[in-house]
Amino acid sequence: MTTSTGAAPSPGRKLNRIGLDVSQYRGGKTTLCAGCGHNAISERIIEACFDLGVDAKKVLKLSGIGCSSKSPAYFLSQSHGFNSVHGRMPSVATGALLANKTMAAIGISGDGDTGAIGIGQFVHLMRRNLPMVYIIEDNGCYGLTKGQFSPTADVGSTLKNGVVNDLPPIDTCIMAIELGATFVARSFSGDKKQLSALLKAAMSHKGTAMLDVLSPCVTFNDHEGSTKSYSYVKDHEEPLADLSFVPYFEDIAIEHEEGTTREVVLHDGSTIVLRKLDHDYDPTNKAEALRVVRETAGRGEYATGLLFIDQHKRDFCTTLNLVDEPLAALPVERTRPSRAVLELLMDHQR
Amino acid sequence: MATTDPALQPTAPTTGRTINEFSIQVATVNGSGSQTANLILIRSLFQMGIPVSGKNLFPSNIAGLPTWYTIRANKHGYVARKKEIDFLVAMNAETAREDVQTLEPGAGVVYDEPLNLKALRPDLSFYPVPFDKLVAAVCPDAKLRRLVRNTIYDGVLSYLLDIELGEMEKALTKQLAKKQKALVLNMAALKAGFDYAEATFGQKASFGAERMNTTAGKILIEGNQAAAIGCLMAGVTVVAWYPITPSSSLCESLIDLMRKYRIDKATGKATFAIVQAEDEIAAVGMVIGASWVGARAMTSTSGPGISLMGEFTGLGYYAEVPAVIFDIQRVGPSTGLPTRTAQGDLLSTALLSHGDTRHPMLLPSSMRECYSMAMDAFDLSERLQTPVFVMSDLDLGMNIWMSEPFPYPEQPLDRGKVLDKATLERLGAWGRYKDVDGDGIPWRTLPDTDMPAYFTRGSGHNEMGQYSERGDDYQRNLDRLARKFDTARTLVPKPEVDVVADARIGLIAFGTTHWAIVEGRDQLWQEAGLATSYLRLKAYPFTDDLAAFIDRHDRVYVVEQNRDAQMVALMRMELDPVRIAKVRSVLHYSGLPIDARSITDAVLAQEGLAVARAAARAADAPNAAGVGGE
Repeated sequence: MTTSTGAAPSPGRKLNRIGLDVSQYRGGKTTLCAGCGHNAISERIIEACFDLGVDAKKVLKLSGIGCSSKSPAYFLSQSHGFNSVHGRMPSVATGALLANKTMAAIGISGDGDTGAIGIGQFVHLMRRNLPMVYIIEDNGCYGLTKGQFSPTADVGSTLKNGVVNDLPPIDTCIMAIELGATFVARSFSGDKKQLSALLKAAMSHKGTAMLDVLSPCVTFNDHEGSTKSYSYVKDHEEPLADLSFVPYFEDIAIEHEEGTTREVVLHDGSTIVLRKLDHDYDPTNKAEALRVVRETAGRGEYATGLLFIDQHKRDFCTTLNLVDEPLAALPVERTRPSRAVLELLMDHQR
Repeated sequence: MATTDPALQPTAPTTGRTINEFSIQVATVNGSGSQTANLILIRSLFQMGIPVSGKNLFPSNIAGLPTWYTIRANKHGYVARKKEIDFLVAMNAETAREDVQTLEPGAGVVYDEPLNLKALRPDLSFYPVPFDKLVAAVCPDAKLRRLVRNTIYDGVLSYLLDIELGEMEKALTKQLAKKQKALVLNMAALKAGFDYAEATFGQKASFGAERMNTTAGKILIEGNQAAAIGCLMAGVTVVAWYPITPSSSLCESLIDLMRKYRIDKATGKATFAIVQAEDEIAAVGMVIGASWVGARAMTSTSGPGISLMGEFTGLGYYAEVPAVIFDIQRVGPSTGLPTRTAQGDLLSTALLSHGDTRHPMLLPSSMRECYSMAMDAFDLSERLQTPVFVMSDLDLGMNIWMSEPFPYPEQPLDRGKVLDKATLERLGAWGRYKDVDGDGIPWRTLPDTDMPAYFTRGSGHNEMGQYSERGDDYQRNLDRLARKFDTARTLVPKPEVDVVADARIGLIAFGTTHWAIVEGRDQLWQEAGLATSYLRLKAYPFTDDLAAFIDRHDRVYVVEQNRDAQMVALMRMELDPVRIAKVRSVLHYSGLPIDARSITDAVLAQEGLAVARAAARAADAPNAAGVGGE
């Protein structure tokens, strides 16, 4: 693994475990609206990568089309990025990770990019359990085309001009759980602590980590009557647990009273610590997860936090039994069969 | 011929018999297990050293609809579909009467006795065979009879056409080597058919086979299988596909090959990934994702899949990402005729996607080219950093063809301009879309290397790969892409040109049309004394050879298997009007593979030489040397 970086870290700044300061995880200057939830998510991604000591050279950033999908340009400028076509990022990510399974991938999509044009590819990405982090920056509307409803908009939610949404929303988390995703979370761009912990946990998970992050559109969907406005989400967020993340490389003893926390140990040895709030929520129980998310939504609330996790299911690269080295890097000696093989094949046809 | 039922005739020696120049059509119901029986026929003729070809005309259905299999044996080596059927095997009650009515006078008909066809035509030779009775005798288990019934007609034809029984037994053994029980039953059925014909008909057919020596060392293979071997040898590592007729057998063959030959011996792990995607959009998306990271990746599809791949293909063109895409062309707009053949995707593929786009296409004609162009496609795609299409068709992909065996690739892989440390030092600075070499091809970097990262996007970008909506940035980029397409002209396979010194007429064709052209040129010469030159296109964009060929001739006929003269339309985009004025079209779009007779008649009609079928010249056909393909 290479750890080459751009500029040397400026003196006096906090360095992470691979000796980089946070500026080395930044990207280009955002062109999204001031106050856009997506920018907050980019910030959390930058922090998470810094805190985990991620090697940016080992990260692929992918996106579809829309406001959300512009954001990979605004973090990790030292990582290769691919702003693909509308709704089709999952397939590009699939090909990319099959070509090099040693890379980590962060995919950024939107609620239209995933829930409408891209629902087919989303479904099959979840089924395959491709090892990547898939983030939906969910604001319930199409920002880049000036505010039309998206499929995650709630019944009765209104547009700025008063138009009422009369179709039921697609709950991407319920879909992801049903379809076989192995890490499903919902969070809020304004919930710094929870989102940060979830992102680090997602990056440490081996399998598809799907995060639906409610991310208010300050320009087109932040008004009274919208169920995706900043104030609505802030008031209706219902965390299932108080969540923290302990990376494998930090030797921290977790102190807690008996029966007040759950711990979920991830593939790399990192731990998610869930401190009980009102109820004892078990994110490894699929049926329970589906019930809780549905019930909460029925009350007009958003259950947030780690909704479901399965650390044991095989990821797609394992299912395909790929060699350890990246397929893209295999030398011709390993990919072109010998003269004898061709002769044998010709003999079969005689 | 006046004979109506040879069974009623006394045995007599056959005189004036036509040897090694006939076509057999087997009409069955699909799902009735005739495939093995037909393969045995082809293989036996092949083993006798006689040039042979097979065309499967099948419905888009699993069982119950009519299907026809045409086998052509031809001593001159003509392997295109022959329009006229010389010998019919009528096994399908539903089509038998119509099948008989369409035969030329003098043809022979083997039929299932209850069909009672012999009264239909006085000018044919009829050979009724009681299939049910014969099969019951050799196969006591009624449930298995379906699987051996058709082998009986192999035995009957063995006798009537002198296709050696020993070769049939050899072919059957090869085909059923791993199914001992089926082999025993089929051997008995073969013998039963032969014995019945010998005892009943006595007289042989007016067409017959005689041993030749043209097929030694050759192979029999389907184009999709040949292309799969090409992909294997090209070192493909990521394959994504969605099932579609007539393309599926390419990726299915490839799966078999990869599982056999691309498992790492030390670890037992795969040096490849093959994904059956959720649709063609996802399939090509995966190919683009994998190629972006540096893998050799491919997909295979047919027309409807090509339509779906449009948007991603435009991305590949504009963001400059390699992709290898096979189009096994079938008939029609929309669903069309999924199991029939055409060359109808040329124009839509060359210009696939919105905006200004152009894509290189390779145009294989033979098994050898299905194999070699698969490798060429990967090299070109990585060299040019753009999607490259291999335009096969159902006739090439799914039918059996003779071929010389494939040579082992001696050239190293061309992985194109991938930036490394030494190149970066030489260039001094790097910009993803900078034309530093003047060929329009920029240098790319790959993830997981020490080289600088960049942001790949289908939105407007400048030479440094940064987002840009500036008109001058866009235009500069588009102009460079046009230069890159001109570079493609110098890299794609050149056409095969056969200039006949005094010929005023030129023929241009590509793909499977080639085989009907070989025969058509001989017919034009023999029947009307019309000498023709010939240029076979192997790729788009065109090379300079095309203009030079048109310049040499008064009139040039472009023969293609679509309604709208799509290849001519592509020529029109870049040839000057003087040259285009010389170009005429011969078009064939019935869904059946094009035949020589259709070409010959069309050219003679357009040339005003209406006395088309003038007496054949005594001389042997000049192009007949092309026995068995290349």
